[in-house]
Amino acid sequence: MPHPILERLKSGEILLSDGAMGTEIQKYGLATGGCPDEFNLTQPDAVKSIHQKYFEAGSDIVETNTFGANRMRLENDGLQDKVLEINISAVELAKSVCPDGKYVAGSIGPTGALIQPYGTDSKEDIHEIFSEQIEALVKAGADILFIETMMDITEAELAVQAARAITDIPISATMTFEVSDKGVKTSWGVDPETAVRRLTAAGADIVGANCGNGFEQMLVIMEAMRPLFDGYLLAQANAGTPIMESGETVFKETPEDVKPKAQKLLDAGVNILGGCCGTGPEHIRVLRQLVDAANRPK
Amino acid sequence: MDVVNQIKQAVINGKVDANSQYPPGSEGKPGVRELVQEAIESGQDVDNILNNGLIEAMKIVGDKFDNHEYFVPEMLLSAEAMKAGMKLLEPYLSSAQQEQKGVVIIGTVKGDIHDIGKNLVSIMLEGAGFKVIDLGTDNSAEQFVERAREHPSAIVGLSALLTTTMQYMRDVIQTLRENGMENKVLVGGAPVHQAFAEEIQADGYSKNATAAVSKVSELLGVRA
Repeated sequence: MPHPILERLKSGEILLSDGAMGTEIQKYGLATGGCPDEFNLTQPDAVKSIHQKYFEAGSDIVETNTFGANRMRLENDGLQDKVLEINISAVELAKSVCPDGKYVAGSIGPTGALIQPYGTDSKEDIHEIFSEQIEALVKAGADILFIETMMDITEAELAVQAARAITDIPISATMTFEVSDKGVKTSWGVDPETAVRRLTAAGADIVGANCGNGFEQMLVIMEAMRPLFDGYLLAQANAGTPIMESGETVFKETPEDVKPKAQKLLDAGVNILGGCCGTGPEHIRVLRQLVDAANRPK
Repeated sequence: MDVVNQIKQAVINGKVDANSQYPPGSEGKPGVRELVQEAIESGQDVDNILNNGLIEAMKIVGDKFDNHEYFVPEMLLSAEAMKAGMKLLEPYLSSAQQEQKGVVIIGTVKGDIHDIGKNLVSIMLEGAGFKVIDLGTDNSAEQFVERAREHPSAIVGLSALLTTTMQYMRDVIQTLRENGMENKVLVGGAPVHQAFAEEIQADGYSKNATAAVSKVSELLGVRA
């Protein structure tokens, strides 16, 4: 049965996802070095409130607060026994405030593993770690999966393969690229062509990029990716590069700064647009205007 | 090519030993393990093997990384290869000499589990003759203080990869000073920069492993 999200994308509609979760959670008092995913259990109202604000600002899709909620990452905080609990409650919190016709995306971030031969973790182990998280997200009712901020193509591939084996819901897989005079590559040396080829082969319905150094660099990345395939492209950019100011991390690009840059992303052929670190509901409000204008029949 | 140059090339290529499948197609060809062994057995000067074979290679690898020719996977394999070579040289390198040259306590700060950069700095410092006490990742200020107490003249090196966790470096320095520790502190990591280092009253900042070795030498007043 065709999935509503894919049907809407197929009809030419551009969808708007949400802004950052991490930087929003910090506003609710996440301690330095604290675990954001735990907030689903310890501060569910804060998480709900963040989702609500994004829906109100105009997001079609919000991402669950599960970026680091895989067994390997949770182990660092002694929370490995709460993988299921965290992922399930995260989906439930988002769904509880999700209006009709809008969607909840299960966020899946990197494990931090070094897969053989670069380290000691086996592909099988990593596949299993992703499967555990994905099963929980899907069972709890996620509408789509956002595999994101990937740098290692093997790890990204394993996440997509794990997801495809578990579910038919749409899968988006995005990587984090750096732009230099040597071109567009992730910190693992993966270029857009490799990302598009291997992730679509693994079963992703949507591919693209997220995080990085702001909307301007995202445009360079999208312009490199768009010609590579006919499928759906997702871009979630940061509100600029993180800058230190008086002991705090700030992202300087305001909604007004971001507006013309986001327009260029839409012109470049992005199908799902959103924000990453440093973006908030106000950025989404501005992006909503742009997306609505872009979706208006010509 | 003489054996020391072969060692250098093998480190640059990330070729650990003959069994290593990396680089592709190199199976059966000698890696750093075999070449260092050969160099030792043929009476090569250990300092020559270390400096012109291993360290020189890592400097080149570091440059390639800075130039976006090498990425994290290549760095990891070259570091593996260098470590393998260092292990064979260990019995010939004097521990007493290392303590004399200087001690560096290094660790990634609390909340941060990234360690690739820190590991590279550790390897380069060992290669340069320093004794390195690597505390691993996710270290509290107290953990740094405990070690600093045992080594009052050691440099304390702090690493972080996230803009959030790097803030904790401030806490570490504060706690060290509150406890009367006078160890000089060196900071590094992708989001770190000179202005931040000054703001948190660190004694130095280095942007890569090679620079870290120079800075440590400078702070300890020894030749690099």
